[in-house]
Amino acid sequence: MKLPESILRPVKIIRGGMHLDHNKNTAECESIVMPAPKTVYIPLSQHIGAPANPVVKKGDTVFVGTLIGEAGGYVSAPVHSSVSGTVSDVKDLTIGNGTLQKYIIIDSDGEMNPDPELKPFAVENFSDLSEAAKLCGLVGLGGAGFPTHVKLSPSKDVKIDTLIINAAECEPYITSDYRECVEGLNDVIEGVYLIKEKLGIERVVIGVESNKPQAIELLMQVAADHRDSDDTVKIMKLPSKYPQGAEKVIIYSATGRKLPAGKLPSDVGCIVMNVTSVATLYRFITTGMPLVSKRITVDGTAVAEPKNLIVPIGTPIKEILDFVGVDMEIVDRILMGGPMMGNPVVSDQSVLEKRNNAILALRDAKPQPQTACIRCGRCADACPMSLYPAMVETALRTKNTESLNSLNINYCMECGCCSYVCPAKRTLTQVMRTAKAEIRRQK
Amino acid sequence: MSKLLKVTSSPHIRHEDSTRGIMLDVIIALLPAAVYGCILFGLRAAIILALTITTAVASEAVWNIALKKPQTIGDLSAVLTGLLLGMNLSSQTPFWIAAIGSVVAIIVVKQMFGGLGFNFANPAMTARIVLLVSFAGQMSNYAKPIEWWSSGAVDALSSATPLACETTYTFRQLFFGMHSGAIGETSSFLLIIGGLYLMLRRVIKPIIPVAFIGTVAIATLIAGADLKLAIFGGGLMLGAIFMATDYVTTPTTNLGKLVFGIGCGLITFVIRQFGSLPEGVSYAILLMNILTPHINRLTLSKPFGAKEVAKS
Repeated sequence: MKLPESILRPVKIIRGGMHLDHNKNTAECESIVMPAPKTVYIPLSQHIGAPANPVVKKGDTVFVGTLIGEAGGYVSAPVHSSVSGTVSDVKDLTIGNGTLQKYIIIDSDGEMNPDPELKPFAVENFSDLSEAAKLCGLVGLGGAGFPTHVKLSPSKDVKIDTLIINAAECEPYITSDYRECVEGLNDVIEGVYLIKEKLGIERVVIGVESNKPQAIELLMQVAADHRDSDDTVKIMKLPSKYPQGAEKVIIYSATGRKLPAGKLPSDVGCIVMNVTSVATLYRFITTGMPLVSKRITVDGTAVAEPKNLIVPIGTPIKEILDFVGVDMEIVDRILMGGPMMGNPVVSDQSVLEKRNNAILALRDAKPQPQTACIRCGRCADACPMSLYPAMVETALRTKNTESLNSLNINYCMECGCCSYVCPAKRTLTQVMRTAKAEIRRQK
Repeated sequence: MSKLLKVTSSPHIRHEDSTRGIMLDVIIALLPAAVYGCILFGLRAAIILALTITTAVASEAVWNIALKKPQTIGDLSAVLTGLLLGMNLSSQTPFWIAAIGSVVAIIVVKQMFGGLGFNFANPAMTARIVLLVSFAGQMSNYAKPIEWWSSGAVDALSSATPLACETTYTFRQLFFGMHSGAIGETSSFLLIIGGLYLMLRRVIKPIIPVAFIGTVAIATLIAGADLKLAIFGGGLMLGAIFMATDYVTTPTTNLGKLVFGIGCGLITFVIRQFGSLPEGVSYAILLMNILTPHINRLTLSKPFGAKEVAKS
């Protein structure tokens, strides 16, 4: 089949990876705006880097979008109130992943009034764009949580020639980025063209997996309207193969360049942005409303009626699951993110953070019996980074430091493919994490 | 107090394939040739297969009980070892020798090296070599095919395998297995069907069988020997498709598999052509098994993007 001119084929497809059941049950579920929760618990560390410093105190009145925490350093991001109401406390809690973190607790007045001081942000040049990302409190919404303004400030020595918009969404279940493409189509495309223009870049690639033909078509149509002036924005139809949306994998597909371990995308001339990040940035520039709510997919084997929701940041998971009508009795595990790379939470008191794009509630799954490694080599075949997880496990067990150091463990992006395919049900991804920690410990 | 949840390491979903499932697939792939062997060589063949399987499973069970280890017979690997050993024996093998073979395979070759996944040589094949060396006379006594149909005798007339005798065979006789030999090795046709099933189910890759058989074929052609006899007359099919593709004792890298297959082919050819033995498949695989860790280490591929680092 011949593809229309504006749809690109990937330059290269990575070896390894795998075809998973997509389970995109919510693809056609229009996002529902969740009513204001009674109380939000907003963590001050929702990103990689230094936590934000609180700028409000108990009793302060805040609105939706009011700054409540300012960036605690260069690699950090500010935090804004997601509801209107009164700050009831600023204190350390362990409700997230079990570690102690500072939260700003706000009692909502139920009005969701936006801060009257919010106003559009004028973008003149590229550094304004980076400033906008910073004021917006934007972090990598694909899940990494890396502050976007840092990403948009590449060092002067590198030449950026490709902007990659990541709409691959390769994790099963999750459809929030897809819904952003459909519902926020205008923000996405306008955002893409704005960044392209300010970045002065020659090539923009929007990568979408082939299991989202509707998104590809919509993006194509809207991009076509802009095409009168130039033809640099292309839609790339990616194979629906996990982990196609991983940064290194999508860079390879878009440009054929391989990003070595420990390097940044800008080192190979690329900036990669998640599609929702782009739309959020554009909304901030036009309305002044920072990142205060997230579109998330609520699904999983314990969810009878999966939905896409727009939820204020800091809303407790329990309230979200109650709103969707999940019976907590049958819930065994709750994941923030997809089933391959999502993080489990210890309690349903955990709250929604900026970088979350899905909540999966899972039933108790029958454990599959573990056997010794039979050296079938499937983990190595599945590894998109061409590593040998089974050999890492042996090296770790036998405490063979020399072997451990020779197996390039720092290339592992913990995509989970090795554990997924293992017929002996070895916990290989966990082994890779342990090995990384072991190597760090030795240094 | 809110509900406490289970916390597990990602990924949170797993593929349904299991060790047991893989072993079952290999057993299924071997069954046609095993059943055919029983038809060809009669009741004695069936008894040998049943005996090697039960002894193998019993050995593993007893070992686990004696050493207070978790019971592992459920993974079916002992069943597979027993079946493979039985298929590699002549139907005329004394029962007690067949039983010793299973004990050697499971206890000495597999469990003493750490059990499933830790043995360096293929248990069934190594046990066969042990029997061959220990009981040379009784082990090279083969029954004539379908002799029992007419005579009804359990102890059939002895004959020699095509590789060891002067009789000429047609391609059809060799390919479909109308000749004497070990219980499961005669029908190349059924073994190839089993191999294709395993490739279709993605249990094995075609690299080793193709390299192994291809090397034997090319070497035989160069030497000017009988090609059809070399390919279909001995234990090559059973060895190349089912023994040389054993995960544990063969290389995991694709390049390593190629090296392994070619090595097996060359050694088989050299033994058959220049050695004093009529058959060399088992020895070839055993020798290459020993080299497997080295082949693996020498054929590891570079991680994604590593070459770019080297360049800059």
